[in-house]
Amino acid sequence: MSVNLLLVQLLNGAQLGILLFLVAAGLTLVFGVMDFINLAHGVQYMLGAYVAASLGVWANSFWLGLLLALPVSLLIGLVLEWLVFRHLYGRDHLSQVLATFGVILTVDDAVRAIWGSAPLPVPQPEGFTGGVEIMPGLTYPTFRLAIIVVGLLVALLLWLLVDRTKAGMLVRAGASNAPMVSALGVDIGKLFTLVFGFGAMLAGFAGALAGPVFAVTPGMGDAVLILAFVVIVIGGIGSIRGAFIAAVLVGLIDTLGRAMLPDLLRLVMDASSARQTGAALASMLVYIVMAAILFFSPAGLFPVRRG
Amino acid sequence: MLEALLELRGLRKRFGGLTVTDDVSLTVLPGEIHAVIGPNGAGKTTLIHQISGTLQPDKGAVIFAGQDVTGWSFPRRAKAGLARSFQITCIVPGFTALENVALAVQARSGSSFRFLRPARSEAALNAAAHAALDSVGLGQRAGVMAGSMSHGEKRQLELAVALATEPRLMLLDEPLAGAGPEETERLIALLRSLRQRYGILLVEHDMQAVFALADRISVLVYGRVVVTGTVEEIRAHPEVRSAYLGEDEMA
Amino acid sequence: MRARLRLILPLVVLAALAAAPFLGFDSSFAYTVLSRAMILGMGAVSLSLLVGGAGLVSMGHAAMLGVGAYAVASLDAAGVTDALIVFPVAALAAGLFALLTGAVSLRTSGVHFIMITLAFGQMAFFTASSLSALGGDDGYTLYGRTEWLGTRLLENRLAFHFICLALLAGTWLLCSALLDSRFGRVLRASKENALRAQAVGFPPYPYRLVAYTLAGAICGVAGALLANATEFVSPATLAWGRSGELLFMVILGGAGQLYGAILGALAIVLLEEWLSHLLEYWRLAFGPLLILSVLFLRNGLAGITAMPKRRRPSGKPAALGQEADA
Repeated sequence: MSVNLLLVQLLNGAQLGILLFLVAAGLTLVFGVMDFINLAHGVQYMLGAYVAASLGVWANSFWLGLLLALPVSLLIGLVLEWLVFRHLYGRDHLSQVLATFGVILTVDDAVRAIWGSAPLPVPQPEGFTGGVEIMPGLTYPTFRLAIIVVGLLVALLLWLLVDRTKAGMLVRAGASNAPMVSALGVDIGKLFTLVFGFGAMLAGFAGALAGPVFAVTPGMGDAVLILAFVVIVIGGIGSIRGAFIAAVLVGLIDTLGRAMLPDLLRLVMDASSARQTGAALASMLVYIVMAAILFFSPAGLFPVRRG
Repeated sequence: MLEALLELRGLRKRFGGLTVTDDVSLTVLPGEIHAVIGPNGAGKTTLIHQISGTLQPDKGAVIFAGQDVTGWSFPRRAKAGLARSFQITCIVPGFTALENVALAVQARSGSSFRFLRPARSEAALNAAAHAALDSVGLGQRAGVMAGSMSHGEKRQLELAVALATEPRLMLLDEPLAGAGPEETERLIALLRSLRQRYGILLVEHDMQAVFALADRISVLVYGRVVVTGTVEEIRAHPEVRSAYLGEDEMA
Repeated sequence: MRARLRLILPLVVLAALAAAPFLGFDSSFAYTVLSRAMILGMGAVSLSLLVGGAGLVSMGHAAMLGVGAYAVASLDAAGVTDALIVFPVAALAAGLFALLTGAVSLRTSGVHFIMITLAFGQMAFFTASSLSALGGDDGYTLYGRTEWLGTRLLENRLAFHFICLALLAGTWLLCSALLDSRFGRVLRASKENALRAQAVGFPPYPYRLVAYTLAGAICGVAGALLANATEFVSPATLAWGRSGELLFMVILGGAGQLYGAILGALAIVLLEEWLSHLLEYWRLAFGPLLILSVLFLRNGLAGITAMPKRRRPSGKPAALGQEADA
């Protein structure tokens, strides 16, 4: 495999990792602060993509669509929280899993009813349609580079927010000891809503960014959701830093595995079985890595200490 | 001199900067009740945890019946005859009293990887469980859901469960905590009847009970054994008086 | 009273299923729906053994169904169609998959366990999608149903109906016996109070792993039946939504009773059929019903018939009792 191809795959992996991080960040915070497992978080990602695409077509501008998708995602998140999720905070995880699963079924079908089952056309991000020559003779799509840069900026912002601000301090404290925080006179309910809305917005943002790269289809959130679960399980539930590292790790492993395993296997077996085995193995790779990490460290790489 | 049933050799445990168990060495002889007393926060429960295997010491060894069990897990030690009760009542609330005890009987009578025969109708298990319930005075309450028993009954049930494992040594963590005066008296009589048959390491706040039951007493202050002696020696010891006076002032 | 209901109600349900073909429910459509309900009921009972019996909330149980179904498909592709080989292989394969993934998953607890079983389920799904020899994403159509000693017994609708029913009843009896046995007693004790079980000498892990493996093997048999019912196997058999559906069957029926899973499976399969004939986007109605039943029907359908249970002091059902391990 050439160096050029490897570099492209590395960038693709980083880009997938960044998107995963944006989804996983909200998920891990919501779980960390509220002890609430939200399967419907992937729905936010999907709706972000749909809303951005539709509004982008309407406004005839991808960027305007992206910008408008943020408040809409926030609003959807708050409405879902008010309608369903807040009735589940005190319940066991099993009820949370099932009720949020119900939300997925409902919203996925609602999306089918509104937008149809076919992939939705997405306006191209104006100004970012070309490529950048990152090495002599090697161009890489500008928009994909932009996703990486924007994602890194958001990660940095998030880190500053959680690590350096009072609200962030409360979120971290709430993640390790919620009763203590409410004993300090903080309105835990408001903090929950804030974190929830913020997480929903991040996931919607990720979906909107992913629109021009991946297909916008009903159920697109489900695959991302499960990968995001893998990310936060590997990273350690409740840990932003863990989520970031694990997201990039998962993005790279998945992308590189799919690109390289069939070629690697061709060294030891014939071409057609190498292609088959390689494809099967590549799709299992992320989960095998997860299993290996958890075997040695059941609480993930960066376990959050709970008080 | 008898060989010790339990021997602690220089146990140490730190939580962060705090030393909660500081070079603790003591022995429990067969048939002896050895009480550990000390003010709140002296590290009594932490010590029990390390003996039972729910916590690993940083240093030192736990020798049980001549075997070094320091690296053994909690269930493995339990199976070897080291029974423990908990400060907070620990029973299976959805089981009847009988089934709580039968579970313990089952642990020492053959494999529990038996899949088809109803455990409820195993006469041998039930007979042994009934016997253990009788010995703590709960014979009439066998069919009652453990979760709906009174606090004192639950403590008795815990003792029955511990007995049913046929232990050689019992670690009792405040068995009288929360019991009313009548229940306390019954439990003290019960503990007294157990002496001679088992070695008992008793952690208890009720000084009257300790002085009535113990053969030897160790006083634990800030994780360290200040003195070990007979009831008379401990009663007369100046440091003990100050430790307890100190606690009274704090209270 | 409750003990008698526990026995009578499931027998009534099984008897109704046995009588159905003779009471006019003998159209091809009725057979399809009923066999589907019975097969998924088997899977749900095996999951109920984990959820209600051991406190293990698996969100990847459809994978066991899928491994069983794919065992049938790969044997079919290899020309092996005898039930005496096919069904044991399906059970063994699913049991082995459960053993391997359970060995890792059970090192964690609570919400970690939910996520990891979900992830392993997804792993199985993607693996199935990449099996190009068995059709990949498009799935694999069986040459025919599994044979019984060289006869085409399973092709007979009535026979197949009763085979499903017998296996469902067998699953229910087997899982009930498991829970009542010494093994089940340790399992139930570990669920309610893991510390107590440890204190008398039972480490939870090996018992949970055996339960997980057995449940997987049982569900593998259900998967083999499912492949026979549709004569078709595809990754959709083990999509993660199926795992959620199985879990819903267990909870809707009432996790406290094994037969609740049978009630749940019947209710959900019939509801799905009914709604999907009524509406194009039927999940728009099904999803909210699911949410409402979780919010308001706390003890499930079996809980409606049984006497009200005492509330636990913590207010939480013991389903996640294993979290007490820490």
